[in-house]
Amino acid sequence: MIGRIRFMNEQRVNLDGFAREDPALGLVALHSPDDPEPSLRVDDGRVVELDGRAEADFDAIDAYIAAHGLDLAVAEEAMALPDVAAARLFVDPAVPRVEVVRLVAGMTPAKLARVVALLRPAELMLAMTKLRARRTPSNQAHVTNLLDDPLLLAADAATAAAYGFRELETTVPVLADAPSNAVAVTVGAAVASPGVLVQCAVEEALELELGLRGLVSYAETVSLYGTEGVFVDGDDTPWSKALLTSAYASRGIKMRVSSGAGAEVLMGGAEGRSMLYLESRCVALARAIGSQGVQNGGIDGASVAGSVPNGVRELMAENVMVMARNLESCSGNDALMSESHVRRTARTLPILLAGSDYICSGFGSIQRYDNMFGPSNWNAEDLDDWLALQRDWGVDGGLRTADPAGLEALRRRAAEAVRDVYRHLGLADFTDEQVEAAVDAAGSKDLAAGDPLVVPQAARAIRAAGLTALDVAAALRDTGYDEEAERVLAMLAERVRGDHLQTAAIFDERMRVLSLVTDPNDYAGPGTGYTPDPARQAEIDAIRQQRGVADLRRDQAGAGDDRLTARGAAAFGTDPREVVIGVSPGVGRRVWRTLSGLLVTDVLQELLDGLEEEGCVPRIVRVNGTIDVGMVGLTAARLAGSGIGIGLQGKGTALIHRRDLPPLANLELYSIAPVLTPELYRLLGVNAGRHAKGATPVPARNPYTDEAIEARYHTSVIALVALERECVDPLAGPEELVLT
Amino acid sequence: MRAFSGRSLGELTVGSLHRGELTPDDVRIHPDTLRHQASVAAAHGNPQLADNLLRAAELTAFAEDEILALYEALCPHRSTAAQLSGLATSLESRAAPRCAALVREAAAVYARRGLLKP
Repeated sequence: MIGRIRFMNEQRVNLDGFAREDPALGLVALHSPDDPEPSLRVDDGRVVELDGRAEADFDAIDAYIAAHGLDLAVAEEAMALPDVAAARLFVDPAVPRVEVVRLVAGMTPAKLARVVALLRPAELMLAMTKLRARRTPSNQAHVTNLLDDPLLLAADAATAAAYGFRELETTVPVLADAPSNAVAVTVGAAVASPGVLVQCAVEEALELELGLRGLVSYAETVSLYGTEGVFVDGDDTPWSKALLTSAYASRGIKMRVSSGAGAEVLMGGAEGRSMLYLESRCVALARAIGSQGVQNGGIDGASVAGSVPNGVRELMAENVMVMARNLESCSGNDALMSESHVRRTARTLPILLAGSDYICSGFGSIQRYDNMFGPSNWNAEDLDDWLALQRDWGVDGGLRTADPAGLEALRRRAAEAVRDVYRHLGLADFTDEQVEAAVDAAGSKDLAAGDPLVVPQAARAIRAAGLTALDVAAALRDTGYDEEAERVLAMLAERVRGDHLQTAAIFDERMRVLSLVTDPNDYAGPGTGYTPDPARQAEIDAIRQQRGVADLRRDQAGAGDDRLTARGAAAFGTDPREVVIGVSPGVGRRVWRTLSGLLVTDVLQELLDGLEEEGCVPRIVRVNGTIDVGMVGLTAARLAGSGIGIGLQGKGTALIHRRDLPPLANLELYSIAPVLTPELYRLLGVNAGRHAKGATPVPARNPYTDEAIEARYHTSVIALVALERECVDPLAGPEELVLT
Repeated sequence: MRAFSGRSLGELTVGSLHRGELTPDDVRIHPDTLRHQASVAAAHGNPQLADNLLRAAELTAFAEDEILALYEALCPHRSTAAQLSGLATSLESRAAPRCAALVREAAAVYARRGLLKP
């Protein structure tokens, strides 16, 4: 094997598995030969054939969809639409969302799958922009840790809410710990913001119990599958799920179902169907049982879809089907689907740009190792990347920069609130040291090993005592956390109000419900639909790393000293051993430090030493008329008795010039200022001296770097140039400088 | 707006919480509110969500363990045809006709698809 291939084999992307399409196993994204032809026959208001299957042969999923899932009043019109004509409705800005929703309500699963399979990637983005239910996009975070440590859970929940996540999903490595996790995340979220929805993903019955007690505010782990066999293996039927859906609503709890490509393939139960067709059945069923929304886009099976041709496209098409069925889309981008940063970013980017009700159905706001769902496609180490991507494209990905100083106080309050509530309710006692460790921890590996029985005991006590969210709110009030008590109580009041049971509901930070009803997506082409308001745009733009001229001016002033003194107009030299070092206008006035971090005066000292080593007579002048390093060098050369000059910009770029060369020519050039060292400047001085003596020195080479050096320094360069520019005086001639 | 208990939403305050006046039924949704939300869902292009909220309105009258038992009964291979039929009758007698219809429908499909308890 040749080196080029060996080298490519070593790249991260080749850690991923890529599967040959195999329709028999369901390893096929958009079309399988065994996908049924779309069909619908209605007899006297009753569906008697659905996607090629007669009523007598309906499996449980067909039967439920046939009985509840289709709007038979539009079915004939919708099914008669040619696939391409239907697909065009999805992207045509002149066709309102409600019209697409009206027609799709009459489409069978096979029909809808066929229509969305026609959408190319850019068209999927347009369809998503137009069809998502809620106008304002949002995002959901995972908040978990290896230890189920409640202090860290609370601090991390507060952190996630501070970063803008409006839904937090926790889960447990140890099932029995679930009630404790639910309480800790609820308290932590309440510390950071009103209106953050909280979920604890566990087995269906326990999840329902937590919801009924108010310890969580929404549910999501209500799984649907695309074949009857897998559905039953999952110990449910469409009717049990429908009942569960109503059970949540009966207590005013928001819920959505989960499905997504790959689950049936992993269970060996895909029945030879494509992933898109099976997911279309799930989405039709979700609508049929009355769920307000769906979490899909692969989820646990995302990497199965990602292993086949068109698989990532299929994941996005799943989300679009949810939106077209008028449901909330919680659009995946959670399970890590590739070891390649390029692939995992590419998988999410179209959805981030288009905007979804929840772009990630689980952004891992915590460390990868702490994510008890498994690592997410986006993790704590990617938060700044996400914020930069939002800013790059000017889109709202749901997140914002949390002020680092404020975050410390927030984490402390969250950890203290949990400590105080647990103590007050007799659940556990935590020390100040444990609180401080949780405040500072980047992840649970930073915590000292505690007593492993504390959390299970607290969880058991919560369950045994039948503690509800009212008890948590009261404990917060009794321990002095009035605002947090208000927030927990406000979430309970919303259960009474019920407005958040409507499609795609979230609460904003003023407890206003944003949903299909109150904040409907009104995209109808350029100039319409969601754009961030100025305050939100400012949040998106103002990442904590951004810097401007004022920041640089401050940094440079801090490095200033009085080692350079001006001594009047520069004269022409006559000594043939003389080499003149010209510096740019800002040097010694506004600019003191080069991009490599060296003091300009130290750089000058190296150049002087190099010249003296060669027996030359150095002189320093400041060229005031230009910031161009070529002209600075040439001006110096023309002043020098030898005709050789060195040009040095404040940012560190340097060259050797000769008086008879054109301005843009030079003898040697150091162009990559950020990587220059004292040794290299000294060598430049030596070489300039050799040129002055008529020798032909070996040119110094620019040091090599494969880093994105320009990305790192261009903002500084622009600001440095601005500082230099302020010092330019076209009428002022060069002046002598003395270095002391 | 009133909670399941009849208490007005305006009385849901930290003060009343501190005085120990609030019970879980004060933070439970009232069936009338669910019926109202059902009409909102129907008006926004989702009659299935409306149906769900109407079933939910019926379930407000059921205790939590009753709801968990109802869910369990509908899981595959948990109930015989007779048990499901009895469940439906009992739901009808407790003013839950929509939930009863769901159970009857399930019973018919379960029988055909082999999902009943043998």
